[in-house]
This record gives sequence, C-alpha cells and structure tokens, in this order.
Amino acid sequence: MIRTKKKKSTPQISTASLPDIVFMLLFFFMVATKMKEITLKVEVKKPSASAATKIFDKSTLRSIYIGKPTADLVALYGNQPRLQINDKIAEISDLDAAVNDWRNEINEAERLKMTISLKVDENTKMGIVTDVKERLRDLVALKISYAALKTSDTGEY
Amino acid sequence: MAQRKKRELQEINASSMADIAFLLLVFFLVTTTFDSDYGIQRKLPEKRKDQPEVEKETKRRNAFVILVNREDRILVNGEEGDIRKLKDDVIEFILNPQNKDNLSEKKTIKSKYFGDVQVSKGVVVLQNDRGTSYKRYIEVQNVLAKAFNEMRNNLARQYFNTSYDELKYLAERADKDAMDKVDAIEEIMPLSISEAQPKNVGK
Repeated sequence: MIRTKKKKSTPQISTASLPDIVFMLLFFFMVATKMKEITLKVEVKKPSASAATKIFDKSTLRSIYIGKPTADLVALYGNQPRLQINDKIAEISDLDAAVNDWRNEINEAERLKMTISLKVDENTKMGIVTDVKERLRDLVALKISYAALKTSDTGEY
Repeated sequence: MAQRKKRELQEINASSMADIAFLLLVFFLVTTTFDSDYGIQRKLPEKRKDQPEVEKETKRRNAFVILVNREDRILVNGEEGDIRKLKDDVIEFILNPQNKDNLSEKKTIKSKYFGDVQVSKGVVVLQNDRGTSYKRYIEVQNVLAKAFNEMRNNLARQYFNTSYDELKYLAERADKDAMDKVDAIEEIMPLSISEAQPKNVGK
C-alpha cells in the first residue's frame, strides 16, 4: 500500500553526474597506471612468500631478472635460464658495469642504501642465482631482496 | 541563412559520454598493475680475505645447518628434516629455553634498552646445491624469516607492549623512537643467517 503510493511520487534519480564520477575514476587510474618501463625478455614467475616485506624506497632499488627466455627469444638465447639486466640479456660479467652505472645514478648520500632486487623465476635452479650472489659480493653490493609475491599466512609451513 | 540554421541546431546529446568514459575506465582498470615491490630482504656477507668464513669459526653446537639438496629435500644437522617443523626447531635452537647443551650458547651483552640480556650465539647456516630449485630455497628463507619475526615480535611485546612489525612500520616512516627500538631488538635478536657457499652434493 505504502509502496505504490511512494513509487508514484518519487522522481527518477538524475544520472547527469554519472559522467563526472566516471571521469574522476578514469583520471585516477590514468595517473596511477604505471606502464612497464622495461620489456621482459625472460619469463619471471615470482615465488610466493608470506614473510615478504614491502620495499618503500624505490629510488635506490634496482632489479636483476633471471629466468628462461620468452618463447620468441628461445631461438636466439636458448632455453636455459638467463640473466636480464636493464633491458638486455646479459652475462654474469656484465654485472660489474651495471652495478657501477646504478651506483652513479643514485646520489652519493643514498648510494649505500642501494638494494638489488633479484627477480627470479621460481623454477630456476639455484646455480645461476648463486653465481649472481657471489658476483654481487665481489662488487660489495650487499643489500639484496629476493622478490616474492606477498601471500597470506594460511596453508603454509 | 547560416545563422538561422545555427539557431535551430540542437544541443549535442551527451548521454553516451558516460559510456565512452566507462570504456576507457575499464581499459585502465584492466591494465593497471599495482606492482609493488615485495621481497625477502637480506644482506650478503662481506667478502674479506683476512676473516675466516662465519661457519668455520662457529662452534658445532652454535650452528644450525640446513641443507637443501638438489631434490629439494631438507637435511637439518645431517638428518632428514621436515619443513613444517623447521620454524619451531629454529626458534628452539636460537632461544634454547632449557639451556640444553646441544643447542646454541648464549652470551650476555649490555643493551641500552634492556640492560644485561642474554643473546644467542647461534647461527643458522643455510646451504643449497646448485640444483636446488629457487622456489624451495625461497620457501626455506621464508620459514627462517618467519621464525626470526616471531621471536622479535615476542621481544617487542615483552618489552615495548607492541609488535615488531608495528615498530618496523613506524620506523619506515622515520619515527625516531621506533627506529631506536627496532635497532635495540635487532641487537639482541640478530638475523643470524649465513648463506653459505653451495655444495655440489652428488653432482
């Protein structure tokens, strides 16, 4: 009874502000979207870890990728795990130059804070990772981070 | 004449504007990846010629040796171990609550916050084979990180009535007091994990 009475008297909600709202959201996502700065030449599926912590200081963070070359590059680089530094497939010996470059990019006061994020595919064997770690020790680039996906604690060991 | 036409011109229908905006919105929604950098942060040991490797100078009872072999099996102090029990074993080894003589020794240090405290001399030695899978290695690293986090959280709760995670969070935001407290906790509960040179077991 009440329903029918009310329905007749309620005017339709105006949708005139809808585009504004949508545009606002749109601008938010346009600003927040960060396009990938490098194209990955190796496949990296990060392992998951619940104890992974967020790295806040991005300005001193540099990445090394390790994984099998992507399908279209197998002919060129083979199917064994390779190293990618910046946007090139590299050898372990290329780390020297890369670490040097990275150090020069970061201003002097923050140079010691440089963290190298090892983004390694979970199916990689430790051999190549160990070689990279040893090289980093030689180069005194000691702060590293094993990149991982943050997962919840449940169902883990 | 042309002017007359203009006057008759109707307003452009803007009702499809929302649709267009929605389409763009959906596009950006789908492509956006908030790829925040998460990771297990570690410090590699320094390479020094004049200093022997950590594990050589560590007494047998102070080393908790975890070996992850090429088949991703885990050996703890030479015996087959279970990753599900690993966290509790590490905590027991470091804290050694009953002062057993096969677990880690303790030394007393003076701390600014806590006065004289007992600190474990134990070191967790993590060894891996070149054939160990990275996934397994991170699983073990994760367990170790969790073990040390738990112990630090307990300390923080005991002394500061807050959790270590909370202090760490504040310290990241340049809270001076929290930074001191984090340092104090890390001093009496250091992350003593040695990532030893890998072994080539059964190559």
